[in-house]
Amino acid sequence: MHHASNTMAQNSTNIPFYRDIRFLKVFFQILFLIGLILLAGFLYSNMLHGLRRQNLPLDLSFLSSEAGFGISEGIDYDPADSYLKAFWVGVVNTVKISIIGIIFATVFGFIFGIARLSSNWLIRNIAAVYVEIFRNIPLLLQIFFWAALTRALPMVTNSITISDSIVLNVRGIYLPTLERTPEFNTWLSYLFAGIILAIIVVFVLAAFRHFGRLSEVHHTDRPSFISDIIFGTKWAAAPTFLIVAIAGLFLTSEPPFVVNRPELQGFNYVGGMNFTPEFSALLIGLTVYTSAFIAEVVRSGIQAVVKGQREAARAVGLKESQVLRLIVIPQSIPIIVPPLTSQYLNLAKNSSLGTAIGYPELLHIGHTMMNQTGQSIPIFGMIMASYLIMSLTTSAFMNWYNYRITRIGRSS
Amino acid sequence: MENIAITQEVKPPNTSKGPVKWLQDNLFNTWYNTILTCLALVFLFFVFKGGLTWIFTQAEWEVIPANLQILMIGPYPIEQAWRIWIVLCTLFVLLGLSAGVWKGLVLRISAAIAIFGLILLLIPLDVVKNSEAEYAVLEFNFNIIYLIFLKRTWLLGGLVLFIVTFFLGRDKNVLKRWVIGGWVLSLPYTMMVLHGFGENSVSTTHWGGLFLTLVLAAAGITMCFPLGVLLALGRRSQLPAIKWVSTIYIETIRGVPLITLLIMGSVLFPIFMPGDLQLDKVLRAELALILFSAAYMAENVRGGLQAVPQGQVEAAQAVGLTYPKTMLFIVLPQALRAVIPAIVGQFISLFKDTSLVTIIGLLDLLGIARSVLANPTWQGRYIEVYLFVAAIYFVFCYAMSYVSQKIEADLGVGKH
Repeated sequence: MHHASNTMAQNSTNIPFYRDIRFLKVFFQILFLIGLILLAGFLYSNMLHGLRRQNLPLDLSFLSSEAGFGISEGIDYDPADSYLKAFWVGVVNTVKISIIGIIFATVFGFIFGIARLSSNWLIRNIAAVYVEIFRNIPLLLQIFFWAALTRALPMVTNSITISDSIVLNVRGIYLPTLERTPEFNTWLSYLFAGIILAIIVVFVLAAFRHFGRLSEVHHTDRPSFISDIIFGTKWAAAPTFLIVAIAGLFLTSEPPFVVNRPELQGFNYVGGMNFTPEFSALLIGLTVYTSAFIAEVVRSGIQAVVKGQREAARAVGLKESQVLRLIVIPQSIPIIVPPLTSQYLNLAKNSSLGTAIGYPELLHIGHTMMNQTGQSIPIFGMIMASYLIMSLTTSAFMNWYNYRITRIGRSS
Repeated sequence: MENIAITQEVKPPNTSKGPVKWLQDNLFNTWYNTILTCLALVFLFFVFKGGLTWIFTQAEWEVIPANLQILMIGPYPIEQAWRIWIVLCTLFVLLGLSAGVWKGLVLRISAAIAIFGLILLLIPLDVVKNSEAEYAVLEFNFNIIYLIFLKRTWLLGGLVLFIVTFFLGRDKNVLKRWVIGGWVLSLPYTMMVLHGFGENSVSTTHWGGLFLTLVLAAAGITMCFPLGVLLALGRRSQLPAIKWVSTIYIETIRGVPLITLLIMGSVLFPIFMPGDLQLDKVLRAELALILFSAAYMAENVRGGLQAVPQGQVEAAQAVGLTYPKTMLFIVLPQALRAVIPAIVGQFISLFKDTSLVTIIGLLDLLGIARSVLANPTWQGRYIEVYLFVAAIYFVFCYAMSYVSQKIEADLGVGKH
């Protein structure tokens, strides 16, 4: 034994270093890194030369100087504001279209995904045609198409109106909104009272349940008062609150909300909510395209739940709705969430295509800033950093959510 | 309730068939399905009525035949169009040989492509005549009839070559490695023929239309695949330096939109290049497409690598295979087979993503469609043009996903 290990040690010293795997591993990595550093250095020196050629020193001070260009939509902004503020407007616009797009795409995606599994032949195939068509046509083409359509809408005076509340014209889409009236604050106090009443009801019910069972159950098995609230009586909170809230609507002297419809005043529509043509086209494009992908994610997620699970659920006598709610959906959600996350990320990144139709999102404003200042390198850094931060936060949140639901799935 | 069910007489399964039975089972089996069916029928009625009325009465389709050549090859000079036809005929030869040598799925796919070519031969799309169309084609001082005849001859020649080489290559296994070699060389060969040399060469600034889209997609697909495999292997490497560099690269690229890379290629690239070296626009866009897709490809391949059991690697090491051999002959064949749908999905994405080069000013299929629409003659014809272009994209993407399903079924992925 001792002898054997001795010869092995001798053997390993006999291997020349250039054939020793331990040496080679380190050697190749160092070689690789040196190559990388040389490449980076080469690019860096080229960059310095290039910048000198263009007379543009790397400098971030331009960010605080006056931007001087207008932005067609977004948060409060003035051309006299700084470049940094302009960039921020772009970031907010990107986040805005992404969030609204994700909500719509999720709703339509789930509808079409479930429709693809319908027992109705017609519904199933309509959904399949929708998915196949919109998945297989480039998003940019779809966005151009919707943009052309919104631009071809009639002039303001000939607007298309739908039941007096939705208005379509060349300036965009107008939707009615709800607006607060002076009575809103009174109603708010009813809501507050509702919360308090709901808490009282839950506690009273829990007390009845807790002390009513004192005699029945042996005191060591008796659940705590808190668990009585959590598992026994928390259901009572929502209905109590809703009853008070609805009663409040009738008890206030005038309704707390009024519907604010878009109305023609002079040469423009005023009131309600206005989506510009660019925003509408981009939103429709992103929603339709992404929902086709989400539909596929949902369909494959539901189909991935093994058939035996459904059959077993039916065998123990669950109704069809219960099979879905209790057996299929809880098991398919963990399968759906990871690919759904990547679809959300895709939507956020695809919102950069708005730049092609003039929606003032991050990339569009960044591009304008580059053209004005020539500081392409730092601006590109800012653009990429913004997208990376958005991607990383979204995927971190969805990973956390996924972790949570998969854990619930395992523990119950 | 349960007791009653047991004592009830169970009817034998209904074996009746026929359209009425089918309707009952598939459209009217429950009350809510009946309602849904009725709603869907009303919806379809209005969609078809509106759509067909528009297509046959309101749409003005002259814009398509009048601009067909532009949409297909862009500003590529028509006197040099033979280069494209030569490339197409070469591809038909390779396809025919592959179909003959491999048979099976390869035969079916190539036959489908040939049939598609035959359909194109028979569609009289470019024969439609009207004053504007005549004008658009006659600009090149060629006779329309002659041009159309020439096109048909080339296409027919390609199809004949396909059939001839199919019979030549039938059951000749020795040809296999030659055909594979031919496919490997086909990309540089294509580029050389399309570009040409000397005074007759066609610079990439004249490349456009469907032709440019296909070149971008084909080159992108062939280049991003090996790069993606390397990155995937790099990310799973045991050498930390390589692993971290690959991981950072993949995650950074996947975190930003493709369009930023494309704009970077057109704005930043010149700054980072030494002196007067200027790569042409198409090549820079192609590079951005490849570098972008490779990161996604790497993630797909990595999924496949994870599915290969560790025992396979250990067994390969035990019989003394080196790392490259282990990967090439043991791990990758199994890994790639498991993720064929994802890889083809990535190819489809890449094909659709080529349309983004429109934004940096290249005249690919979408870009050229926009330039046609910018022409005052065809103002407002955007629905016709976009529908036509969308149909072309759809045919290619759908064909790819269909082929992927067939390959999947053929290899029995998920069955073993």
